[in-house]
Amino acid sequence: MNTDLLQLICFYLFAAVAVIGALMVITVKNSVHAVLSLVLTFFSMACVWLLAEAEFLAVALVVVYVGAVMVLFLFVVMMLDIKQEVVREGFIRYLPVGIVVAVVMLVEMLAMIGVKAMHAHTLGPNPAGNSNVAWLGQALYTDFLLPFEIAALILTVGIVAAVALTLRQRTGVRHQSAAQQVEVQATDRVRVIKVASEQMASVSPAPAPVVDPTQENAK
Amino acid sequence: MITLSHYIVLGAILFCIAVAGLFINRKNVIVLLMAIELMLLAVNTNFVAFSRFFGDVGGQVFVFFILTVAAAESAIGLAILVLLFRNRSTINVAEIDSMKG
Amino acid sequence: MSLSLSILLTIALAPLVGTILAGLFGKLIGRAGAHTATILGVAIACGLSFYVLYQLVWGGAQNFNQDVYTWFEIGRFHASVGFMIDRLTAMMMVVVTFVSLLVHLYTIGYMAEDPSYQRFFSYISLFTFSMLMLVMSNNFMQLFFGWEAVGLVSYLLIGFWYKRPTAIFANLKAFLVNRVGDFGFLLGISAILYFLGTLDYQTAFDHAPELVGKTLQITQNHAWDAATVIGILLFIGAMGKSAQVPLHVWLPDSMEGPTPISALIHAATMVTAGIFMVARMSPIFELTEGALSFILVIGSTTALFTGLIGIVQNDIKRVIAYSTLSQLGYMTVALGVSAYSGAVFHLMTHAFFKALLFLGAGSVIMGMHHEQDMRYMGGLGKHMKITCITMWIGSLALAGTPFFAGFYSKDAIIEAVGESHRWGAGYAYFCVMAGVFVTSLYSFRLLYMTFHGKERFRVEAKAHGHGHDAHAVHNDAHHDDAHGAHDVAHDDDDHHGTPGVLEHAPHESPWVVTVPLVLLAIPSIIIGGLTVGPMLFGDWFGKAIHVNEANDVLAELGHEFHGAIAAGLHGFLQAPFWLAFAGFAVATYIYLFNVALAGKIKNALKPVYNLLDHKYWIDELYFAVFAKGGVKLGEGLSKVGDTAIIDGAIVNGSANLVQRIAGGVRRLQSGFLFHYVFAMILGLILLLGGYWLIGQ
Repeated sequence: MNTDLLQLICFYLFAAVAVIGALMVITVKNSVHAVLSLVLTFFSMACVWLLAEAEFLAVALVVVYVGAVMVLFLFVVMMLDIKQEVVREGFIRYLPVGIVVAVVMLVEMLAMIGVKAMHAHTLGPNPAGNSNVAWLGQALYTDFLLPFEIAALILTVGIVAAVALTLRQRTGVRHQSAAQQVEVQATDRVRVIKVASEQMASVSPAPAPVVDPTQENAK
Repeated sequence: MITLSHYIVLGAILFCIAVAGLFINRKNVIVLLMAIELMLLAVNTNFVAFSRFFGDVGGQVFVFFILTVAAAESAIGLAILVLLFRNRSTINVAEIDSMKG
Repeated sequence: MSLSLSILLTIALAPLVGTILAGLFGKLIGRAGAHTATILGVAIACGLSFYVLYQLVWGGAQNFNQDVYTWFEIGRFHASVGFMIDRLTAMMMVVVTFVSLLVHLYTIGYMAEDPSYQRFFSYISLFTFSMLMLVMSNNFMQLFFGWEAVGLVSYLLIGFWYKRPTAIFANLKAFLVNRVGDFGFLLGISAILYFLGTLDYQTAFDHAPELVGKTLQITQNHAWDAATVIGILLFIGAMGKSAQVPLHVWLPDSMEGPTPISALIHAATMVTAGIFMVARMSPIFELTEGALSFILVIGSTTALFTGLIGIVQNDIKRVIAYSTLSQLGYMTVALGVSAYSGAVFHLMTHAFFKALLFLGAGSVIMGMHHEQDMRYMGGLGKHMKITCITMWIGSLALAGTPFFAGFYSKDAIIEAVGESHRWGAGYAYFCVMAGVFVTSLYSFRLLYMTFHGKERFRVEAKAHGHGHDAHAVHNDAHHDDAHGAHDVAHDDDDHHGTPGVLEHAPHESPWVVTVPLVLLAIPSIIIGGLTVGPMLFGDWFGKAIHVNEANDVLAELGHEFHGAIAAGLHGFLQAPFWLAFAGFAVATYIYLFNVALAGKIKNALKPVYNLLDHKYWIDELYFAVFAKGGVKLGEGLSKVGDTAIIDGAIVNGSANLVQRIAGGVRRLQSGFLFHYVFAMILGLILLLGGYWLIGQ
């Protein structure tokens, strides 16, 4: 079979799966199912990208996006206690409008971009040579170094922001403080008091005040 | 023979589906966030396609960065969602209208 | 030699000084101080006016025309204060100051116990100043200033007793009707400025012949002769000031003011300002037949129809007021036939005998304790001898008895109308002739009802049983010389409500009142005969009055004039005398011998009587149409224009509109995320569509 034809068939296959997955994302009732559909979509798109010989990005899509972002989505979906039954009201009412708007937009975009003209461009030789990673890496670490570093910074800021937003102090929770435990001295716990072994019968000494050593440490 | 137009059409379709999802969905903020991810995916496809067909590495570099930023953005977006749920006990978009004029 | 500017300034300003002293420092200088200051001021003005007249007539002085003070200059327009003194002006100055002086003197007695004594003197002095500025002016601007100023003082004086509602109604009426006239006057002055480019008299008169042939474009194919337009507009001003029909309605109401001002302003001086103005503008009026015919018709209508109203009046001052209207009509008729000197001559003689009649009426009113209705008078002749005699003299002069002053002036007018061939002269001749009969009738009716016949003022003892003790005070006060005491103080006294209410017969007024009467009676007799020759038939006025040869009716009369005495004797044989005698006879028969006949005639001619009694319903018409119309217009504009449209629709409405739009737009901010997203997407679609279309 012609490799081009095979590529075309694969392309259509993966594209169909992606589209169906996307449709499922926005229509299914269960949020978990929606997230999983999105995962499916991403996988299919990764395959499509492979067909375009962007291997690194395809794999990055799977690793970063599906592996991290979608998992995060799943975490949140499962953490939130969502009442399923109320979620689906009004869906049918707005569906026609949504479809109309989407279709209009699609037509406009395609018309504008001039799809017909682009039909002429076919898949030519790979500009990356053999290694997509090398091609990408070359560009990243030379021409785009600053954006690269800034991207790292953005990720850091993302972490900080996420934590800062959701951090909350809970009162009334007891926990151990290891630093304090280590700092304790012997004198904090024990006190030696000298007391006579024998005493005259007439005079009974006043009892020494007893200091409870356990109270000092119960902080 | 796969042409550029195939990729463009695919990207456009995905984008429009995501857009429809944005306002068909009235009840679930999570689906909103997912639709945003879909939109980003469609755009990324566009970039990859153009980069491949015109031989410009800039497209793929850009996708790289979009991926980064999208990750950070979804993290923060979900954090906000969690906060929202904590305060309102609902993720129903229709009930979040305190900015009403 | 020329007249001295300082003398002229003194003449104008002396009364003003009196005004300021009496007006602003009245309380400081007291009543005696007020009347002394003002009388001194007017006396100085009077004396110097006589001197100026002497200088002009016998001293051989030149006419004086000089700008005294430049007010402002804007481009070509030049406004200044200046004096033009020729014989016309000098004569007016003498008349004004002389009558004013006598009225000042009279007021000491008449207003003796009035609380606003100083204010009155201040006002009449202010009037004298304003009138002098008017007649001495040498440009239209100052003329208009004087014109408005006398109107203002008239307003102030008619409403002098401002707590009386009738007085306030009257003074507002006078001011507003005058305003209508002033509107026309102002248009006329503007027209002169427009066509001749100047407001200075001499320049305007020199350039007046340029008006011939010039027109004012009214519409596309309709143009009016410029001189006629100017003439008619200026005369409209005179109609207001000199109370010609239809702007005559204010004069009878002006009798609400104290009698001295009726004499000064509404008989002798202010009302003659219009006549003076037309005479002064003779160079312009001579250019327009149309305006002069208009003047003729209006004047003759006034002369006859207002006189008719006078026959049925019962208030003594009203009769004299209508008589004034009628005589003003005569003066206007004289102007209409281009007999300007005749009009001015009649103005002068009329000033004397009409002021005399008014002051005499005031004396009667004082004696009657402010009763003005003639039906409650009668038989006063033997109690108020001086008043009676002087009023007879005045009435004889008014009726046109030969040798008295009025005869020469009235007769001259009547004959001048007879000689004129102007359009409307026939109608005018009928009116002035009929007017003679009417004048005589009401004049002698007044005399008989007031001074002769049965006494109707006697107390009816039964009806007046109460209050004898209360009136004990009055009894003492009655014998005071200062009779004016009771004039105001007893206004609300209930015994004026009932007729025939004097306890004692009235007695003669004090000397401050009777001396002016005598001083006015003298010129009423002699001034006519003395001045008729030079004024009418000599060239006494010189360049002051300009008459075209073709129109000069007085010159025609002059051919037959052989001296005052001859004219007097000749007068007995002429129609006016017979008409006057007929009026005298009718009045004598009815009011002296057969008073009941008056009632019978009245009943027989009820509709005519009603018509005259209601003054042809002109007042009602004006009130219903103009006054009410004005009020309705104001209400309409206020309710609809202001409240509904400007306030409601524009101000409130725009705020409301903003609110409603905002309310609508606010609904875009639903707070729902998906709505905002939808909006964004719509915008995107539109943008895409736009780009697509542009790209096509």
